[in-house]
Amino acid sequence: MTSYLSSRARIGLAGTVAEAASSPLEISRQLAWTRREFLRTAAGVTLGGALLHFSPTARAQARPIKRRKVIVVTFGGGARDQETFAPEGQENIPHLMKELIPQSTFFARVVNRGILGHYVATASLATGVYETINNFASLPPEHPTAFEYFRKDLKRPSADTWVVAPSNGFNRIGESSNRSYGQGLGARVILPKHLLTAAKSGNADYAHLLRDNYETPFYTPQLGGGEFELQQLETILKLSAADFRAHALTLSSPDELSLYIVRQLMREQAPSLLWITMHDIDIAHAGTYSLYIEGIRRTDRLCGELWKTIQSEPEYAGKTTLFILPDFGRDSDEDAGGNGFQHHRTGDVLSRTTWMMALGGGMREGVIYDRPLDSTDLVPTLGAMMGFSASQSEGKPIAELL
Amino acid sequence: MLPADLKPERFNSYPPEARKLVTANITTLQRLPLAFLPSLLREAIDYDYKFPAERKAVDKELSKLGSLSPAQFNEWFQGFAGIHLSPEIENFDWVSSPAQFVENLSSYLWTTHQLDAFRKAATEYGNRLNEAVPPDAPPIPRLGITVVGQEVSSYNEQLFRKLRPHGAYFKNVKPENGLKTLLDTVAARAKAHSGAYAHWYIDGGKEAEHDPALTSVSYGALEGVRATLLRRMRTEIEQPGMGPEALRTTLAQIRPADLGLNDAGDAVLNRFRVRLLTEGSGTQIYSTTFAQWAAREALRRAQPLTLLVRFAPRQRQKTMNELLSLKPEQTELDPVGSLVDADMGAYYNWLNQQRLVGAEQSAFLVWFENHSDAVSISPAMPRGTESTAPTDLQQLLSWML
Repeated sequence: MTSYLSSRARIGLAGTVAEAASSPLEISRQLAWTRREFLRTAAGVTLGGALLHFSPTARAQARPIKRRKVIVVTFGGGARDQETFAPEGQENIPHLMKELIPQSTFFARVVNRGILGHYVATASLATGVYETINNFASLPPEHPTAFEYFRKDLKRPSADTWVVAPSNGFNRIGESSNRSYGQGLGARVILPKHLLTAAKSGNADYAHLLRDNYETPFYTPQLGGGEFELQQLETILKLSAADFRAHALTLSSPDELSLYIVRQLMREQAPSLLWITMHDIDIAHAGTYSLYIEGIRRTDRLCGELWKTIQSEPEYAGKTTLFILPDFGRDSDEDAGGNGFQHHRTGDVLSRTTWMMALGGGMREGVIYDRPLDSTDLVPTLGAMMGFSASQSEGKPIAELL
Repeated sequence: MLPADLKPERFNSYPPEARKLVTANITTLQRLPLAFLPSLLREAIDYDYKFPAERKAVDKELSKLGSLSPAQFNEWFQGFAGIHLSPEIENFDWVSSPAQFVENLSSYLWTTHQLDAFRKAATEYGNRLNEAVPPDAPPIPRLGITVVGQEVSSYNEQLFRKLRPHGAYFKNVKPENGLKTLLDTVAARAKAHSGAYAHWYIDGGKEAEHDPALTSVSYGALEGVRATLLRRMRTEIEQPGMGPEALRTTLAQIRPADLGLNDAGDAVLNRFRVRLLTEGSGTQIYSTTFAQWAAREALRRAQPLTLLVRFAPRQRQKTMNELLSLKPEQTELDPVGSLVDADMGAYYNWLNQQRLVGAEQSAFLVWFENHSDAVSISPAMPRGTESTAPTDLQQLLSWML
């Protein structure tokens, strides 16, 4: 029978979330609770539910900021609690734990009810609707993206919103196929690997920065790279191909390359809405636990570096809200239908239940909420913060951030 | 076509034993909902290449389904019957290509937000089946052994963190002749309790000398097969229009003979070996992934009484393109990263062993090869304890079993 129907666990595994909870809802609640408790003890954050109930200052803290900027980071291709927020995992995320979470409003229970493939899930985050497009096809989202709402409602130019993403499929994420929005109204998308492909020359070894689609490790999509990319380098990022090549040689992963491009974009274009998709963690699909852990540690470090960049760039310091959230988790060890950390194929509760943090720009600091949110709540929240209407989104604005 | 329209001649393309099985049970198959039946046929079509434990499970399942009253039948399958399928899905040739149908169904369930309903129906079905026809208890307690850390001279991080709470951690194990002791133990069990595919030795590198009574699978022995497969994959990837899903379908159709494995050998084992490489993710390029996945599949499918898994260093990370193209003499190894992989792999080996019937009696040993660290788990070993007393692997095994 299918893996769902056979090899089911016949004994409980002591101490697991799955054993303690009896239904998917209960497992999700339990997961959020344990994540909350880990954070309360390790990062010293306060329980937001209690604050909201008792404190007169508990109402919205996101003070109106003229020309607020928002940066959204999707945390690297899915990581599980036991390698991140659980006690044994916290050593892998020192920057999140010690630097970012104490400054954040943290949501411990963000549920993704959609398809758990990276492109389609990221597209769902960007539209606020659970998209059903083929994860591996080069297709635009079917519903308007946050970038389109932002530009159309606020009449912003194309240079004011950018997406920096890995190459596989994400080149279409900037604008939807929706007739009322779509072409010409979306974000400009930069694919650092395409840039590097266009810029590289000679025999220098850039291969480590051109890693491919991890979800199907043996499939390598063709990387383009040409005149347009070189033009992007020189006119938009103000980088010569030679400088770009030289700097790329000092980097160790595709996500590091992405952060380098992001910094350059922030400095040269200062977009108001910037979306960064990290992907290194997804090496987990190759089944190598050590590389998966390395990916988490690197992503944690890069998030810390991004936050420092925000503080040091005059266009961003003091008026930027940074959102960090995974697109989804990964399969639990307890589900016999999966193979633990390697994939996100079972659709189990743990692979659907993730977290989100929001910091900067007036967000309340060191507060944690464990009420359930939906992945699709992000876009209407961005809309409420920035002043656009996410009219087709299925989500709801997150009151605790407004 | 719907299940009720099934005729015996529709199964003419099935291998002989599989054809015999499905035609003998065709009235049962005709009653099953389409959201369920191809999953069963996916198993049945491979019946000729199944391990004994798998054949027995399919036989018992079909026998049980055939004995259900109409009311029971409805109760068992109401969840599946509630899954809405599109005409396109229904019209797919699910009799000839049940595995591909299941792939398509999976994608369809995701996109129509029915995966949770399917998952619930499947879980309930699995529970009912386990209760109605529980698997046979093993004649002796199972023994799992995992050896990690080959070629690592020293390691300062904590090992076996996930396994220690479940057993006793020994810090002063004499490493001399350790691997031979373990292989001899496995061989002795194979002689004392012989059975087809009951005692396994999986190696992530080159196999050590071992008793031929053991069923053996190794990354090293499949080097030629892997090279042929990687060449084929590169060729396929270069085809216009080839995407991940098409590649997956192509790989699923590869047979042992296509990769130079002679079907005159052990056809069941050769099919198993090829599937490790064509269905596993990362098994083609990382030896640690190969060893872990091979162990998982051996436990899930063959349900062995004894399983010895030895991890070996994998190649260092490079881009997938490079990994697909590397020649063996070009590979650079990562022993410490491999130890971390294997440490987690050992935990997964134990978890997967615990999923089998008889888990409460089973035993598991993990050893840091050529070092003094081991964890032993069995009903006889106190959980969450540590010992610094000098011992050796022979003694540990005698305490466990």
